[in-house]
Amino acid sequence: MTAPAALTALASPLQMGQLPEWAALAPVLILAVTGLVLLLIDSIDADTTNSALLAGVSTLGAAAALAATAWSLATGVGQDNGAISLFADALVVDGMSLFFTAIFTSVVVMVTIASYDYLRDHKHQGEFYSLVLFAASGMALMASANSLATVLVSLELASLPSYVLVAYLKDNRGSVEAGLKYFLIGALSAAVFTFGVSLVYAATGSLIFADVAEALSGGEFVGLAGLGMLMVLGGFAFKTASVPFHFWAPEAYEGAPAPVSAFLSSASKAAGFAVAFRVFVEAFPLATVPEGINWVLAFQILAVATMTLGNFAAATQENVKRMLAYSSIGHAGYALIGLAALSAGGSANGNVLGASMAHLFVYGFMNTGAFLFIAMVERWGIGRTFEDYNGLATQAPVACVAMSVFMFSLAGLPPFGGFFSKYFLFFEAIENGFWWLAAVGALNSVLSLFYYSRVVRAMWFEDPSGSLDLGSQPVGLYAAVMIAAVGTLLLLPGFAPVIETAQTVAGTLFA
Amino acid sequence: MIIEALIAFTFVAALVAFVLPDRLAGRGAFVLSLVPVVGSLYMWSQFDASGNALLQGGQTAFETVVPWLQVAGYEISWYVGVDGISLPLVVLTTVLTSLAIVSAWTPIQHRQSQFFGLMLFMEANLLGVFTALDFFLWFIFWEAVLVPMYFLIGVWGGPRRKYAAIKFFVYTNAASLIMFIGFMALVLGLGDSTSSFALPDVAQALRAGELGSFYGLDASTLRVVAFAAMFFGFAVKVPVVPVHTWLPDAHVEAPTPVSVMLAGVLLKMGTYALLRFNFTMLPEVAVEYAPFIAAIAVLSVIYGAMLALAQQDLKRIVAYSSVSSMGYVILGLVAYTAYGVGGATFQMVAHGLISGLMFMAVGVIYNTTHTRMVGDMSGMADRMPVTTGILIAGAFGYMGLPLMAGFAAEFFIFTGAFQSTVIAGNGLAIFTAAAMFGIVIVAGYLLFAMQRTLFGPFRLETDYEVGPAPLHDTLPLAVLLVCIIALGVAPEIFFSMITDAVDPVIGGVLQ
Repeated sequence: MTAPAALTALASPLQMGQLPEWAALAPVLILAVTGLVLLLIDSIDADTTNSALLAGVSTLGAAAALAATAWSLATGVGQDNGAISLFADALVVDGMSLFFTAIFTSVVVMVTIASYDYLRDHKHQGEFYSLVLFAASGMALMASANSLATVLVSLELASLPSYVLVAYLKDNRGSVEAGLKYFLIGALSAAVFTFGVSLVYAATGSLIFADVAEALSGGEFVGLAGLGMLMVLGGFAFKTASVPFHFWAPEAYEGAPAPVSAFLSSASKAAGFAVAFRVFVEAFPLATVPEGINWVLAFQILAVATMTLGNFAAATQENVKRMLAYSSIGHAGYALIGLAALSAGGSANGNVLGASMAHLFVYGFMNTGAFLFIAMVERWGIGRTFEDYNGLATQAPVACVAMSVFMFSLAGLPPFGGFFSKYFLFFEAIENGFWWLAAVGALNSVLSLFYYSRVVRAMWFEDPSGSLDLGSQPVGLYAAVMIAAVGTLLLLPGFAPVIETAQTVAGTLFA
Repeated sequence: MIIEALIAFTFVAALVAFVLPDRLAGRGAFVLSLVPVVGSLYMWSQFDASGNALLQGGQTAFETVVPWLQVAGYEISWYVGVDGISLPLVVLTTVLTSLAIVSAWTPIQHRQSQFFGLMLFMEANLLGVFTALDFFLWFIFWEAVLVPMYFLIGVWGGPRRKYAAIKFFVYTNAASLIMFIGFMALVLGLGDSTSSFALPDVAQALRAGELGSFYGLDASTLRVVAFAAMFFGFAVKVPVVPVHTWLPDAHVEAPTPVSVMLAGVLLKMGTYALLRFNFTMLPEVAVEYAPFIAAIAVLSVIYGAMLALAQQDLKRIVAYSSVSSMGYVILGLVAYTAYGVGGATFQMVAHGLISGLMFMAVGVIYNTTHTRMVGDMSGMADRMPVTTGILIAGAFGYMGLPLMAGFAAEFFIFTGAFQSTVIAGNGLAIFTAAAMFGIVIVAGYLLFAMQRTLFGPFRLETDYEVGPAPLHDTLPLAVLLVCIIALGVAPEIFFSMITDAVDPVIGGVLQ
């Protein structure tokens, strides 16, 4: 990335050798340490329900991590092919890992601010926040993983807290059931993934991505490696809630507390894509992978199936939260275009992957915002179906404007961020020769407008069916929803740095 | 910078109106909307441009170009400016919005601040549509107009408002998508000869015949396909028969001020875009298919007028007559003569003013009588003499009485169409003669409706008083009438700048 001129003066002390190299992991470390501090607070006062303190510390930690990430991105840490490798190449800090860390940390900031209200009447708040932060550090590590072993460990570090978070409302049957389902399917897919990794190891004798790629180009044990890759792909399909491993997602997102749904469907999904992008591009590069292994075809099938199924299922829902859950499956399908529209030696490979990353970035704002709006509705004690949302705009117009922004943005309507990210994604896919993928994506977008506008219609057009008494105005939730809405809107005029950064850092993967 | 300032101010004004308390919103929005009026009049007074903004040798007024972002080697910029075609429409937009806001004071009695906020938000986007010279920017404004319109019909409309709002949204959005694909195919087909989405670049490259092949379509096929896609997309917006069916639904359900904006400005987006895209960029296709386009125009004129003749609802009569009047615009465009295309542009403004006046007058009558049915009313002239007088004057304008804007516009169009040689053997004259028959039908249904509603004995049985409308309802009507007469007496105030911008469009087409 070419840092803006004003920032070149801010040369990073990391690159000037004033700081040790592991300092490049600052965002991850800040997240993990904040998680530990929260545990410390919790152990000093085990029954604390001081939401302000807990939410404040977590938000500060996440914001600090976000600031560190943004600063690293701006000063060019690990970029321009100067990726910083750590721990015998097990981890790598480069533009792509920083870009994804920026997504995770922004989502965490919004989620922790929102949780301040959502959790007010709950016990064990300290655990909640620390689990969120540990999961986030796991995700940040996933983005930095450069070895199949670190992928495995960081994946589990992200997943285990997520299982607990989904089941956090332990007096609520739905929440516990969702947690259990998520855990069982997660464990199964982790097993599949691990077995896949071991098969790849058996075929190549290495876990470091670059070495795997080199060994693969030798062309030995092609069948074994291919089977391993397929199983690895299955593991990612679970993490990103892609067809056919998507069944857990609607259940888990519906049962989980809404801020957790927001966290999982935006950050956790992006983390899955971060690893998938790196593993398939770096460890199994198209240019050198032996003939007979065509993972692009697998991703094409996956992408088309995922977006179509997600959108059609979303269109038939009566429950807003489930609708959003299915729509997030649909969006996983769009993001998969980043891998499905690659071709060996394609001129726009980096641009396609970058567009997919930029879409995940925008998605981080609009989808988190949508789920946090649902958290607010849950906090108000209003039901979950479309009918329950009737006339909400008469009571809470500002929040409903924000929700309408999220819905239209998710549908890909100008002038919101989602229009740009989708447009770039489809355009780059066409440029790389996959017009039919773009066509399927565009058709799906048109379909999605139908069910997204149902929410808008319920909120604005219908009259309230019963009396809508919203009671208190949750400050934290409002603030988080507004941050997400402003983010979604500002991503339009401010899209240039996002897309340029994403495409530059993605481009270096193919260099 | 004045264009940016106007758009930005209107956006901010929309926000201000949105948070104003309901009882102040109407007055506040009107005062705020005067600033764009003054701004656009100032632009008019300082206007200094020659030629067409899209074609070589044109000088654009108040032009700003700021690079924004890049996609796949294409430059996207914030690129705005006005020429003789867009400035009259900018003035029309600001004036009509202000008047529509005043005319909303009486009928809009709930959620006022949201209503007026949306009106101003729509105005900002309309200003963007008529000033943007970069396709991307233009498309964002173009689509963003749909969102406030969707809410304005859906929330404040009549009994079938939800159906009408959805139908409007789905129709026009699908049409936009098809148009978008058509234009994108053109840009991609141009290959390396343009590196931006700037409309002037694309227009000049297309006129220079630099279109190549794209995905197996050769240049001449691509030209026709793209022309058809764009024509369809804009035709829905205009609307022309047979894709006009969303219009009467939207008009009948929409509250009066929204109908005014819909007929007065939104329909002009379609014809403006037709002129800018189809007729400026691909004139040879337009000439080749001129008989077909002329047939559609004549069909719209006659069929729209016949439908109007068959209506019992005053508002429907005015709504269908819009289909008819917009058909004249298409006829003028396809003539490809200075008078034809210039008259079409003039008709956009004239029809905006006249249809605005008619809808407002019908609205004022409805506010007092609570009915719009021709059969229910009689003798309104006794009770509402001023409104009646203005309504009759407006109807005369519609019929094309000399010294009114409608006459000037239609006279230009017919003159231009008779001079036209786009169809060999002066074939367009036959179409024009057929279209002129529409004038007779227009006079028929308007006189018929006027005579039955306005004259004769008063016989509406109500338990409320039917009397003169308040001053703030009548004043916008008077202002519009003054504008209509002014444009009719001295068409030169717009027509000379219009011909300046139109001449390059027709230059060289028929040689």
